[in-house]
Amino acid sequence: MDLLNLKRITDYEWELPKQEDMIVPGMIYGNTKIIDHLKEDVRLGKDWNALKQIANVACMPGIQKCSIALSDVHPGYGFPIGGVGAFDTEEGVITMGGIGFDINCSVTTLKTSLKEEDIRKNAKSLLNSLFKIVPAGLGSTGKVRLNFHQIDEVLTGGAEWAVENGYGEEKDLEFIEENGRVKEADPENVSEKAKQRQFKQIGTLGSGNHYVEVQYVAEIYDQEAAEIYGLKEKDVVVSFHCGSRALGHQIGTDYLKKLAEVTKKYGIKIKDRELVCAPINSEEGQKYFSAVCCGINCAFANHEVLTHLIRKGFKEVFPDGELPKFYSIGHNTCKKEYHKINGKKKLLYVHRKGSTRAFGPGREEIPKKYRKIGQPVLVGGTMGTCSFILCGTEKGMDTTFGSAIHGAGRAMSRKRAKRQYRGDKLLKELENKGIYVRGHSMAGIAEEAPGAYKDIVNVVECMDKSGIAKKVVMLKPIINVKG
Amino acid sequence: MEYELLEHEADIGIRGYGNMIEEAFENGAKAMFSIMIDLETVESEKNVEITCEAPDIEALFVEWLNELLTKKDIKEMSFSRFKVKIYKDDIYKLEGTASGEKFDQKKHKAKLEVKGASYSGLKIGKKDEKVFIQCIVDV
Repeated sequence: MDLLNLKRITDYEWELPKQEDMIVPGMIYGNTKIIDHLKEDVRLGKDWNALKQIANVACMPGIQKCSIALSDVHPGYGFPIGGVGAFDTEEGVITMGGIGFDINCSVTTLKTSLKEEDIRKNAKSLLNSLFKIVPAGLGSTGKVRLNFHQIDEVLTGGAEWAVENGYGEEKDLEFIEENGRVKEADPENVSEKAKQRQFKQIGTLGSGNHYVEVQYVAEIYDQEAAEIYGLKEKDVVVSFHCGSRALGHQIGTDYLKKLAEVTKKYGIKIKDRELVCAPINSEEGQKYFSAVCCGINCAFANHEVLTHLIRKGFKEVFPDGELPKFYSIGHNTCKKEYHKINGKKKLLYVHRKGSTRAFGPGREEIPKKYRKIGQPVLVGGTMGTCSFILCGTEKGMDTTFGSAIHGAGRAMSRKRAKRQYRGDKLLKELENKGIYVRGHSMAGIAEEAPGAYKDIVNVVECMDKSGIAKKVVMLKPIINVKG
Repeated sequence: MEYELLEHEADIGIRGYGNMIEEAFENGAKAMFSIMIDLETVESEKNVEITCEAPDIEALFVEWLNELLTKKDIKEMSFSRFKVKIYKDDIYKLEGTASGEKFDQKKHKAKLEVKGASYSGLKIGKKDEKVFIQCIVDV
């Protein structure tokens, strides 16, 4: 297979031509910098490379239009990270490789009525207050205690469950993807083990690249969109990133094994073992989809409990501070969505691995307040650089099934980052730049060094220039609590 | 060398070495737990039995690792020593023990959480007279 011969469509759109067993071509959204990095992995003969993974996904039964990689693309397991694959409901499959272990890992952004200078004056006390109140780091347990019956309610109720139980507010729900609850979740399809693992983990952040960050609007690119989103220069927002915790991990584990058997049973040919799958219209496929929906709801509930805790932490420093929800979106999902294929509306199962929904203007899934301009896309950066809020576009609907990037994307392995950076030194450097960071592990901080990631400005620029999602504002960090 | 962590941009590859495949499984588990905690700080106070099975030896390795992750969460423990026996009937079966103690974020110098072991990069090989087994784990 010739993975190096990519066809340039525009400066920001590249096609991996259909060859051998590929049913559809691959499409990559990035500039030469990103494309060259991908090709380099192939040339070096690395054990895992994203171009091969894009081609592998293109070989899966029932895939529609093309196998997509967005500008934050890097090697994953099964799908590449930054990957999108949409499948036909009759001939298509649902695959573990397109969802992964951290189901519905999401970013939530809360607004505040504060300005940058308000935070600067109280940065250290706010950092400590958030650090104390948000359970984070490996093995941390939450303050919410559940029994078996209650955990089923979390899995079916999602963020609604949280609100009913005193975490978060009713008016938050409108501003969460899917309004904080997907309907197809049946806890029967989730193992006892998964539920046992989750008991104490509701309302915990996790570790690694999971964080809570206090940010301010540093630059506005699109005045009209920013106005509709209610964002002004120097406005302070709080963003956090975490997923479905151990429940999602165990659903992934359980179905990895089950789907391996199912793939064999139906004689489905896959190019990478991690792409184990089931026909969508089979009993097994629907069970997995339902379990994934449970994971999605669990992440929604988790985010709502964390929203509650962050609001509490903020109140300790800013007693009058209100933190209304701006928006919440997830990656690592499979969603049932309508899209146009050859001019006709068609129901599809869209996998987004390390990529998010980015619906264009007018879609009814978008909160009324934002509908005119398109769905907010929350792009988490690294702690030393910046994050972005983009908006979905018509072009994205036509080309990427309404999907965009989820973050900067790593450029360096954790191992290399640890060799190259030191946690304590990094903290000092960041503090000199006016960014206050506190984490549970120094090694963890080194692994998350800004230099270990792709240049987020370039990654976002590729989305904007290709027209997949448009830049609205840039956010810069002041405070970061690392998991 | 008992084990090795392999470069992977998003996640981490783990590889366990051994004279026998069982030893490679044990060291693979050490590799995975070395991502999460400082192995040397964990005392072997309690043994936890692990059994699992799979159609082939590679898949058995993933099963073994994932079963350890499940047990670590449910029992809230840190593991640092492992013992494995592998049998082959019509399928591969593993009987193992993981030794460790109650998880302590400070004492064990908790680092990065491993979410799951994947089939990606999964392979058995030989290097310097030793057998190895490897896969990518999601962090």
